[in-house]
Amino acid sequence: MSERERVLAQDGPAAPPRTNGELVFAEPWESRIFGVTLALYEAGRFAWPEFQSRLVDAIARHQAEIGDGEYQYYACWLEAFRTLAGDKGWLDADTLDRLERELADRSAGHDH
Amino acid sequence: MSPPHEKVDPRAVRTEALETLLTEQGLVSPDAIDAILRHYEQDVGPMNGARVVARAWTDPAYRERLLADGYSAISELGFGGPQGEQLVVVENTPTVNNIVVCTLCSCYPWPVLGLPPSWYKDPSYRSRLVREPRKVLGEFGLEVPEEVELRVWDSSAEIRYMVLPERPAGTEGESEPALAARVSRDAMIGVARL
Repeated sequence: MSERERVLAQDGPAAPPRTNGELVFAEPWESRIFGVTLALYEAGRFAWPEFQSRLVDAIARHQAEIGDGEYQYYACWLEAFRTLAGDKGWLDADTLDRLERELADRSAGHDH
Repeated sequence: MSPPHEKVDPRAVRTEALETLLTEQGLVSPDAIDAILRHYEQDVGPMNGARVVARAWTDPAYRERLLADGYSAISELGFGGPQGEQLVVVENTPTVNNIVVCTLCSCYPWPVLGLPPSWYKDPSYRSRLVREPRKVLGEFGLEVPEEVELRVWDSSAEIRYMVLPERPAGTEGESEPALAARVSRDAMIGVARL
């Protein structure tokens, strides 16, 4: 089993943390985007306010959209990180789009 | 024959794509990410803050250092890291009840409390606590007499706040570990008493 699969298995030592009965990360991708963000931060690639200001903006937009709907905190985190990554020049938008389409097609079980 | 179509979560796809690209460029490594996640699963949590509180209850000089410079004081116990560099500890007294919020996002003192619970990040808590703190605390089951002042601390800028709860009566002579076991996360956010 690969490391990624082990993390995604959600059982045993790699199970999501539960504090006071609550999951800290509801989905594996939430923990991964958190980890990616912190890894780049600890490598000194950005100052925290640079991410935080984008998170604040993403949250404001999200709250305006959802009305009484479910609040998706890590979706805002992901959007803020995606914006930061683009602004910092860490990745190319077209390359990201292409890879996302490939991964989505793979997950949906399309023939290649 | 291809497997049945599964519902694709675009957020999971995007996250995987981001991690893949950043790894390929050498900007992150999966090992570093896994170490970070282990750290936040195992090493960081309210048990850290509870030890800080127990030390402050039993050592008046430490308490003064903690209130003067939170980050230096928690460093004495081996705690530190992101979201704690400007830590301010605010003490509860018989006449003052402190409560912490981040109105704009989710700022929270990770080194002493770990990652925040969902309700702390929820728009309802974030907007209502500043407007109607007594009512919100009542919903947490904490009735605060009118003569007690409520101080709401908004963490939105660089400062992170932790509440130093009052030591419960009748705990004289208890060891630090026993005292720490009494301290809840919610008391260190300010929405519960001990």
